[in-house]
Amino acid sequence: MSAGYQAPKSFLDNHGKSSGAAAWILSTDHKRIGILYLCSMLTFFSVAVVIGLLMRIELIAAGKTIMEAKTYNAFFTVHGMIMIFLFIIPGIPAAFGNFIMPIQIGAKDVAFPRLNLLSWWLYISGGLIAVLSLFTGGGAPDTGWTFYAPYSIRTGTNVSLAVFAAFVLGFSSILTGLNFVTTIHRMRAPGMTWFRMPLFPWSLYATGWVQIVATPVLAITLLLLIFERSFGVGFFDPAKGGDPILFEHLFWIYSHPAVYIMILPAMGVISEIVPVFARKGIFGYKAIVLSSLSIAGVGYLVWGHHMFTSGMSDTSRWIFSLLTFIVAVPSGVKVFNWVSSLYKGSIDVRPPFLYVMAFIFLFSIGGLTGLINGALSTNIHIHGTYFIVGHFHYVMFGGTGIAFFGALHFWFPKMFGRMYSEKIARVAVALLFIGLNTLYFPMLVLGWQGMPRRYYDYLPQFQPLNVISTIGSWIVAAALIIMFTNLIRSLFKGEKAAGNPWDGTTLEWTVSSPPPHENFEEGPVITHGPYQRT
Amino acid sequence: MMNTISDTAARVDSAFLFITGISVALLVLVTALMLFFVFRYSRKRHPEPVEVEGNLTLEIVWTAIPSIIVLAMFYVGFTGFQFMRTPPGDAMTVKAVARMWSWVFEYENGAKSDVLKVPIGRPVKLAITSEDVLHGLFIPAFRVKEDAVPGMTTKLWFTANETGSYDLFCTEYCGQGHSAMITKTEVMKQEDFDKWYASYKAEGEESKGLQILTEKGCIGCHSTDGSKKIGPTLKGIWGRKEAVVTNGTEREITVDEEYLKKSLLEPNADIVKGYPAIMPPQKGALTEQEIGALVDYLKKLK
Ligand code: HEM
Ligand SMILES: [Cu+2]
Ligand SMILES: [Cu+2]
Repeated sequence: MSAGYQAPKSFLDNHGKSSGAAAWILSTDHKRIGILYLCSMLTFFSVAVVIGLLMRIELIAAGKTIMEAKTYNAFFTVHGMIMIFLFIIPGIPAAFGNFIMPIQIGAKDVAFPRLNLLSWWLYISGGLIAVLSLFTGGGAPDTGWTFYAPYSIRTGTNVSLAVFAAFVLGFSSILTGLNFVTTIHRMRAPGMTWFRMPLFPWSLYATGWVQIVATPVLAITLLLLIFERSFGVGFFDPAKGGDPILFEHLFWIYSHPAVYIMILPAMGVISEIVPVFARKGIFGYKAIVLSSLSIAGVGYLVWGHHMFTSGMSDTSRWIFSLLTFIVAVPSGVKVFNWVSSLYKGSIDVRPPFLYVMAFIFLFSIGGLTGLINGALSTNIHIHGTYFIVGHFHYVMFGGTGIAFFGALHFWFPKMFGRMYSEKIARVAVALLFIGLNTLYFPMLVLGWQGMPRRYYDYLPQFQPLNVISTIGSWIVAAALIIMFTNLIRSLFKGEKAAGNPWDGTTLEWTVSSPPPHENFEEGPVITHGPYQRT
Repeated sequence: MMNTISDTAARVDSAFLFITGISVALLVLVTALMLFFVFRYSRKRHPEPVEVEGNLTLEIVWTAIPSIIVLAMFYVGFTGFQFMRTPPGDAMTVKAVARMWSWVFEYENGAKSDVLKVPIGRPVKLAITSEDVLHGLFIPAFRVKEDAVPGMTTKLWFTANETGSYDLFCTEYCGQGHSAMITKTEVMKQEDFDKWYASYKAEGEESKGLQILTEKGCIGCHSTDGSKKIGPTLKGIWGRKEAVVTNGTEREITVDEEYLKKSLLEPNADIVKGYPAIMPPQKGALTEQEIGALVDYLKKLK
């Protein structure tokens, strides 16, 4: 840099026309929107974690411990709704996709910056409507996050408003997907061919399509439910000539693909972190791309595996089981690719990499227990039990949640220009790993022993493992507190971070930390693959 | 270590062991390799990375072998499932009716019970339905389960091979009493079962009241033996002094015929202190005659 050169102001210092809070909630800068999402999601996440902890305290002993059945039922509904619709579905794409992806493909912003801001506004409105639904009408909904009919039609609680919240959130998700798909098609830097694109944008691309194609089904389903509740139209309640199994189909036609909206971006994050800390390219780049796309494709066809005991015909049951096993293969392939990428690398075990290691183990347990769910005869036994609760927490928390926090530790210096204490970060991730296993492994065993899920109370034989699980929830809570204290403290007191603190190769590491408002002073021109070291 | 409690349990358990065995092997393999690489190729021991872009043979192998493994898993699950879905022709059919929050089992001769009583060694087919919302009939010991869907009859079957009493849970969330919707499967010796089965018809008016309590699902929430369930016990209810809340104010009443009738028809008018106001009103569900029989029965239930 020549003398007298003035580096452009970072996006954090560039308020645009507004100031204060308005500089955030009215900004169309993808980086500010990413941070806006990050903060709002973590707020909702904390609320849902506290509810989870309270549920675990209730379950430490049989009978009433701290709350009534009614409260417990509202708690698991609200916990599930927040975690699914306000944390894990927007999750990695809305926070890190927004912030990092445009930079990674060498763009100034997403294709539709104002639509991007609208997505956040829809998100926060949906979130607030959901909160409102807890305190108005007949009180907090008590249906579970799946809203199964006809219970969801007959209960006096405030289901309609809660469902409307999910409806609004669905639109936020569709718009984000649309925006990302367009951005990736149209805004890649010159020379960035499809196969020179990093794997994180690839995963967001596959996710975007799922969001666009699947989410409208959810919107329609929820509207039908609201119609039936408000006007007595009989879609789902047999008392009015409806069909409750139809609701299950419609619900899972969205909600199974939604599982891939949750996990694909997490896989993208892992595929970014591995090459940086192994200091070499990812093993089988194209195989990883291909597996993302095939997961996104075949993933539409397996929804029926949530319905193996529903009364659906036996023929559809075995077809869905077969397809489910087929979609398991590409996920397995990815795990093999990540592990092989370490072979002959030069591995630096820094905090983000520790999250990768935790992810590979926990996600593997989530995926492998999925095989027991997918096989027909074993599914019959574990359907609707704590085995399922254990399984999906391993996938969603042990998989996506861990990848989310891995991404946070990986891109934190880039986003905020500060470094956190690596020592404390290591303690937090180790504790989180122990806590998650203590919290969720007992659930797998409980489920196999026959304890049903959504259970306020249980028979005495289930007590010992429930006690262990509750202790696990305290370890997780401690880990989260340590992690967030470390990060929040570093926002103000952390050492200044360099532009490329981890020695990464993708484009976000070529700009300063935090990045300037326009991302690049001079648009980059791409001449080689994303993980190649020159 | 074959599970012999029921034929279905044996098949589910062997599929479980097969899948879990392979899964544990895969988990150990992946974790061990990861840890080994992290150790062997740490930056200290291996400062200069060697670029390995990929290996087509390896990719094909680790796509093909898992594909074969998962197809095998599918097959194991599928055969067990076919067995579980094909009740033998000579199976005894019992109708299982779910409602919030109790089960009633109806036998071919008209006998009804809130406990599923079955003879040992005889295939039993359950024809399951629901009167209100979704429920799920689950007997963990036998590894069988099927949802109870209103407006539809679903099925499952099993043969129990050991006498005893086994838990029967509801596994489809159905509201406030979901976790209390528990009963038992009683596997009886053939002669005990026959005795119970035959005795049913023989009983006269005496037990009419009990029969209604069972059929209408009352004993899902009210015990007849003094134990506390979701609602107050019916044992010794006649003449009992009870603190109730009426329109938000507390008062004391003595249970008499008028109070009993009102509590059946408008249960939420007076709520016994300490209990939730969740009992469904029986207006239209009970005839005059049935109410009379119930009151007679409750008078004598000491
Ligand atoms: C400290 C962390 C957490 C604790 C202690 C916790 C605990 C629980 C408990 C006790 C239940 C209720 C089980 C039942 O009664 O059937 C539950 C359900 C659930 N949890 Fe969590 N959880 C935590 C984190 C998460 C995360 C991170 C996610 C997703 C990202 C998540 C998603 C869900 C969902 C979807 C349900 C199902 C709700 C329903 O049945 O409708 N949880 N959790
Ligand atoms: Cu699914
Ligand atoms: Cu239930």
